[in-house]
Amino acid sequence: MPEAPAGTLYRGREGMWSWVAHRVTGFLIFFFLLVHVLDTALVRVSPEAYNAVIGTYKNPVMGLGELGLVAAIVFHAFNGIRVMLVDFWKNGPRYQRVMLWVVVGLFVVTMAGFAPRHLMNVFGGH
Amino acid sequence: MTATTEARSPIPAPRSPRNRRTTRTNYELYGWVFMRASGVLLLVLIFGHLFMNLIDGDGISAIDFGFVAGKWASPLWQVWDLLMLWLAMIHGTNGVRTIINDYAERTGTRVVLKSALYLAFTVTVVLGTLVIFTFDPCPPGSPADLLPSFCTA
Repeated sequence: MPEAPAGTLYRGREGMWSWVAHRVTGFLIFFFLLVHVLDTALVRVSPEAYNAVIGTYKNPVMGLGELGLVAAIVFHAFNGIRVMLVDFWKNGPRYQRVMLWVVVGLFVVTMAGFAPRHLMNVFGGH
Repeated sequence: MTATTEARSPIPAPRSPRNRRTTRTNYELYGWVFMRASGVLLLVLIFGHLFMNLIDGDGISAIDFGFVAGKWASPLWQVWDLLMLWLAMIHGTNGVRTIINDYAERTGTRVVLKSALYLAFTVTVVLGTLVIFTFDPCPPGSPADLLPSFCTA
């Protein structure tokens, strides 16, 4: 017999937690998007206004925030492909758990490529 | 589990015909399809955007007014950014709408949150679209060192 889910947990395990992570990352990306359109809109005000605000994106704290943002986007993108495979590929539901670990693997590889490059640009003292 | 207990359960069996009284349209289906179709396009558009702006050249440390003006001098990046703006805003707004529907239990709360969401959507999409189409890469009276090189040529 399978164990009964504890407390408010729905089913737990990979299926539920990937769904939770997809929601949380999507929600965060959306609010960044609103801010990002506003900051880019400053190009319409003046070059000085745009450069002043974009300058704050280059400080180290924001640099780490951008790393988090890219991590959220990369996970959401790869897990979104997994969701589509679960929906449209006939063996998708059977392999959903394996596919999450493929997503995690691709995420680690992508971030291992991106993080050093980005941190060099942020902390490299250009 | 036997068929008799399933028949007595208040929860309908999987794949049983849905009660159609509450919906007359297929809009939720179109939304579901749109999330997947736009998701694939957004993956390409946003990964390209991140590559150009954060990885290529000196990454974020090279971004300033001149960088944006240089990109938008090309119709490719104008169309790219316009598509990204619209698709991401519709995709994101539909996602947040789903989250509001899931967690805001009172009707009044849902109405307030979704009104704020649709207002943010409209303002952001209109503003972003206007900026892409009315952008002036060489605003008069600005110091030349802040502008792209083609302004002085």
